[in-house]
Amino acid sequence: MLIKAKKTSDIASSEITPKSVYHSRRQFLSAAAIAGAGAAFGTIAPALAAPARGLKLADVKETKWTQEPLGEKLTKYGPVTKYNNFYEFGTGKTDPAENSTKFKPRPWSLAVEGAVEKPGVYDLEDFLKPHQLEERIYRFRCVEAWSMVIPWVGIPLADIIKGLNPTGNAKYVAFETLHDPRRMPGQRRRVLQWPYREGLRMDEAMNPLTLMVVGLYGEVLPNQNGAPIRLMVPWKYGFKSIKSIVKMTFQSEQPPTSWNMSAAREYGFISNVNPAVNHPRWSQAKERRIGDFLKRPTKMFNGYEEEVAHMYAGMDMRKNY
Amino acid sequence: MTRAEAIRKIAKPLVFVACLGPFAWITWAAVSSGFGPTGPLGANPIEYINRYLGDWTIRFLLGALAITPVRHLTGWSGIMLFRRMIGLFAFFCGCLHLSSYIGLDQFFDWREIWRDITKRNYITVGMATFALLIPLAATSTKAMVKRLGGRRWTRLHKLVYPAGILACLHFYMMRKGIQLEPIIYAAICAVLLGYRVAKGWRKKAQ
Repeated sequence: MLIKAKKTSDIASSEITPKSVYHSRRQFLSAAAIAGAGAAFGTIAPALAAPARGLKLADVKETKWTQEPLGEKLTKYGPVTKYNNFYEFGTGKTDPAENSTKFKPRPWSLAVEGAVEKPGVYDLEDFLKPHQLEERIYRFRCVEAWSMVIPWVGIPLADIIKGLNPTGNAKYVAFETLHDPRRMPGQRRRVLQWPYREGLRMDEAMNPLTLMVVGLYGEVLPNQNGAPIRLMVPWKYGFKSIKSIVKMTFQSEQPPTSWNMSAAREYGFISNVNPAVNHPRWSQAKERRIGDFLKRPTKMFNGYEEEVAHMYAGMDMRKNY
Repeated sequence: MTRAEAIRKIAKPLVFVACLGPFAWITWAAVSSGFGPTGPLGANPIEYINRYLGDWTIRFLLGALAITPVRHLTGWSGIMLFRRMIGLFAFFCGCLHLSSYIGLDQFFDWREIWRDITKRNYITVGMATFALLIPLAATSTKAMVKRLGGRRWTRLHKLVYPAGILACLHFYMMRKGIQLEPIIYAAICAVLLGYRVAKGWRKKAQ
């Protein structure tokens, strides 16, 4: 697997049209030609800068996770992209969609630091290039007791980590969100200590379920959902799945995480979905699936017991909430 | 028509209708969205309705608490004719807020509701707020004022002060992280109650 650290002499890949955008651009152009809408050309540049609905990702592989989970319907695109917790763009549920329209997720670089053989600052396109995109439908359970079912597009984090060659000291991976109050207006207020921080144990990061997400519904990830790249750990509460990642650090100690720093009694490092351990301020036994009227029972590990339970065997889940 | 009559016959009905506005809107929005995830109430209509009713309860409550200071500062005693109405709107809205929590959010799961009340501090505080408002609403009629006597009635209705504080606390505790909105409401409440404390001190000093 070839992963290149960025040298200053390299041609910035922002000058090379990424394959995914190239494909979608062709689609866009042909659509525009068919419509005979010459005037529409004026809209191409902004459409590429801030991908709008309709920019399909190319070469997305189907996997066993592509099928909808048994008996569960996908949450519609509208609610998935208009009901978000992304405090970097405001604390209201519709704030992220409203306040992120000007956010430009390209060019984007991602720093890899710490206990790896291939540290460096990677351009996102270079970082993703060696990997195959996959579609995976996962249940998503927010700590606030609502949930969705979302078709993500991404790359297993394990594939990415293997390419970086972590050393024996890598026991945890720490993630950081972009910290730039000019681009993320929610950061002008100290709702949390910015930048947003999250982390996983190495075995959790290497679990086949853990995904680095770049899209949803087959399309480029909308800004409000954490563009251009976010984590998805479907058996943990949503806040673990950090958005708009700019840094990954491999380290031997457990990293501090934002919600734990804000309220340690309420949000632990592990934060597995667990109907038996309640949040101090509300019950976690049930959840409201967005679109449903009645709540449904929450499943242990959000229904991914088979895939992940072995990692927590013998662990006291009341202490390690 | 005297000024008091004008307030009673024209201004009061107008304010009453204006106060119904928020309820009319939420009813229309709930009916038209059919509790679906794509209507005017957003993806989670039940959460929206519950929070909306909570917001308006605090607004009416703080509105009622603002009447006396406004009278003192402007010298306009006619405003007192609105105090009971605003206070009763706060109670009415609080009833709807509680009903939406019980009927929509928890869907009459009494075991879960009891657990919430006893274990979740912000819900305990919310329930306490509501409990404080009940005797105030019950003694809001002219007949009750007479029966209790002005002095006892006034003393009883001082319960609105802790109710205001608890309502703001309930809101602050419900939100995650340090958020601006509950702090704004708490600040308004602090100013309205602080005004009374300051006035009390000044009276004592005299």
